[in-house]
Amino acid sequence: MSETSAETKHPAHLHHHFVDSDQQFESSKMGMWIFLVTEILFFGGLFAAYIVYRAWYPELYLEASQELDAFWGAINTFVLIGSSLTVAMAIRSAQLNQIRGLIINLWITIGLACTFMVIKYFEYAEKLEKGIAPGIYYTYDGLEHEKANIFFSIYYMMTGLHGLHVIIGIGLMLWLVWKAKRGAYHSEYYTPVEITGLYWHLVDVIWIFLFPLLYLID
Amino acid sequence: MSTPEASTTKKVQVRRYKPEENPKEHYLNAEKGVWAWMTTIDHKKIGLLYLGSITFFFFVGGMLALLLRTELLTPAQSFIDADVYNQVFTLHGAIMIFFFLVPSVPAALGNFILPLQLGAKDVAFPRLNLASFYIYTIGTIFTLIAIFTGGIDTGWTFYTPYSTQTGTNVLLMTFGIFILGFSSILTGVNFIVTIHKLRAPGLTWNKLPLNVWALYATSIIQVLATPVLAITLLLLVMERALGIGVFDPSIGGDPVLFQHFFWFYSHPAVYIMIVPGFGVISEVISTFSRKVIFGYWAIALSSLAIAFIGFLVWGHHMFVAGQSSLASMVFSFLTFLVGIPTGIKIFNWLATMYKGSIDMKAPMLYAMVFLFLFTIGGFTGIMLGSLAVDIHLHDTYYVVAHFHYVMMGGMVMALLAGLHYWWPKMFGKMYSEFFARISCVIIFIGFNLAFLPQFVMGSQGMPRRYFNYIDQYQAFHQLSTIGAYIMAVGFVIMAGYMIHSLLRGKPASANPWGSRAMEWQTSSPAPHHNFEHIPVIINGPYDYHKPMSEFQLGIAHSTNGHQSFEKVDVNVKSAEEKA
Ligand SMILES: [Cu+2]
Repeated sequence: MSETSAETKHPAHLHHHFVDSDQQFESSKMGMWIFLVTEILFFGGLFAAYIVYRAWYPELYLEASQELDAFWGAINTFVLIGSSLTVAMAIRSAQLNQIRGLIINLWITIGLACTFMVIKYFEYAEKLEKGIAPGIYYTYDGLEHEKANIFFSIYYMMTGLHGLHVIIGIGLMLWLVWKAKRGAYHSEYYTPVEITGLYWHLVDVIWIFLFPLLYLID
Repeated sequence: MSTPEASTTKKVQVRRYKPEENPKEHYLNAEKGVWAWMTTIDHKKIGLLYLGSITFFFFVGGMLALLLRTELLTPAQSFIDADVYNQVFTLHGAIMIFFFLVPSVPAALGNFILPLQLGAKDVAFPRLNLASFYIYTIGTIFTLIAIFTGGIDTGWTFYTPYSTQTGTNVLLMTFGIFILGFSSILTGVNFIVTIHKLRAPGLTWNKLPLNVWALYATSIIQVLATPVLAITLLLLVMERALGIGVFDPSIGGDPVLFQHFFWFYSHPAVYIMIVPGFGVISEVISTFSRKVIFGYWAIALSSLAIAFIGFLVWGHHMFVAGQSSLASMVFSFLTFLVGIPTGIKIFNWLATMYKGSIDMKAPMLYAMVFLFLFTIGGFTGIMLGSLAVDIHLHDTYYVVAHFHYVMMGGMVMALLAGLHYWWPKMFGKMYSEFFARISCVIIFIGFNLAFLPQFVMGSQGMPRRYFNYIDQYQAFHQLSTIGAYIMAVGFVIMAGYMIHSLLRGKPASANPWGSRAMEWQTSSPAPHHNFEHIPVIINGPYDYHKPMSEFQLGIAHSTNGHQSFEKVDVNVKSAEEKA
């Protein structure tokens, strides 16, 4: 408890129910970590479905994953890893009070995230064209396995949900840029940047699991 | 803490802060108007918003139950047809579980009481807290739309393949519950962080009220289990919308996989519902026995043990669903294990009461009812968990009775104990003790009359969820229905004296029960920011052998010039962990 000085110097970013900035920062960070745990469990359900069906139809997975373009998948993996680096650099800039660097790094991250989504869009479009759609809309006849639609249902669920997280991440970072331009962040206060960064790393890590599990089966 | 990290204990100057009696300004009149209520980030008001919502849904769910019981007075159709009956029992279950039980103690009572018990000004993320209430509201709106656009008749479990094929509006309903899940997750995240980071100086882990431990365990379950429900329901929604073929056997899916997913959440979910009830009971029993709680760590850690084991038992819902017999044996064994921490709790509560000076006020009376009914519910659960017996009892009224003994006899009684216990702190008013006891007794009688016969007819083979039945069960069904009516009378009386208390109840003192717990060391109703000072804790919350003055300490401001107060130095462990 910082004695009575708590009242005399009360920074603008500090909410009334926290004792000091440290406590606020630690709390926000812990909250984000716990939220990330829920995200992992959320995707965990899909991974469980993936594992169950892979155990039942291993040959289906071998066959169907040939339809996925490992080249563009790999490109996307690099794009996301790159964006994780730039988001980390954004946090570093904020710590060093380099607001311009913070904004530039955020823009690069947003750009990479958009690149990812564009590549994803072309992948989806190419498949849907062929009739590889989820569930009952599956009309492709290039695969012999009768359960082929289930593999692609799982594929669309996993990558779709991941894509949704990327879009949310883009939204969050646009908001960060907007706030940063208004001078909301500085070396004393950059909590939102830090926890958005944590979120972004998770989105990245999930993709790092999705890529080999879906694209690289053989 | 402004002191260097190196020292974990430090000296602070404290003085006694006696709570103000009948304060003119408190949290209820700090901001005025409907808009201020709808946008409040005060955890106490958000707790009350939840309390209002769950009361509403309890009323709706209760009316549906009365409708069911009335229909079951006669073996054949009485006044509603079979399809409506299916919809009504589905709604009764879904509303009571997702809209009432899950948010009841954590979101309603927990929100109100947790920061008070920690000596904090609010939860860690007040705006997120408000958001979670609105997410809950949006979820309920989806559900209401679902009810009015086709209803739903799958039972609250939404088992596939029926749920993917029925003509009713499963899509909107499950989507509503999917949204609701996020509200639950956010509350859980908020509570865990609050407990870790916002404890008052001196409030170390070994001094936490047991209610806080219970909420902590509950939050962990909420955070770990709810996402799995979310993904399950999302898959179900996709199954209906796109036919993705994961759960529906007619398009290549596996319905038992749905059951695994569903129960991986829903078994822990019953602990989301009951564990916070344990917390309330610990508080009430200690306060009204005027005694230090027996086996503090045993009670605290058994909550965590239940949370942990609760994740490993979901398979006991699939003993007859074609699960391998080895898996069934393992799940059965693990299910028995849950009985151990639960038993530990019951024994510790009994030991706390032993040689205490017990005061049978309404909250304590509800706690006694809880002990009685929950013990029956727990034991019958063990019976259902044993493989051979379950083959016979599966999907009968025995299961219905067991579940109601645990959820209504356990959780609802704990909720009522907590509601009566904290009512003075919430509204600054007392209720009629006489009528409170009367209605408690009536509810107790009605409850047993309603559900004891269900054990009997269940063991004789009456299947659950059936619209009609053969004549031999009629006597049991009629007893059960009469019991339900008696319970309804009890709740009507309760509504009466609660409303009377709100309108013209006697003002409550700051600490009407003479408790040592921290939430009672501030005025009733609580001030806007919970405490006018920064509380300092040097004793455990149940140390009734220590004088009241030691429980009302707060940091003495060196600048306020009041020399009339006696100041003392105490050593406190830094409550804030330096991670
Ligand atoms: Cu269970």
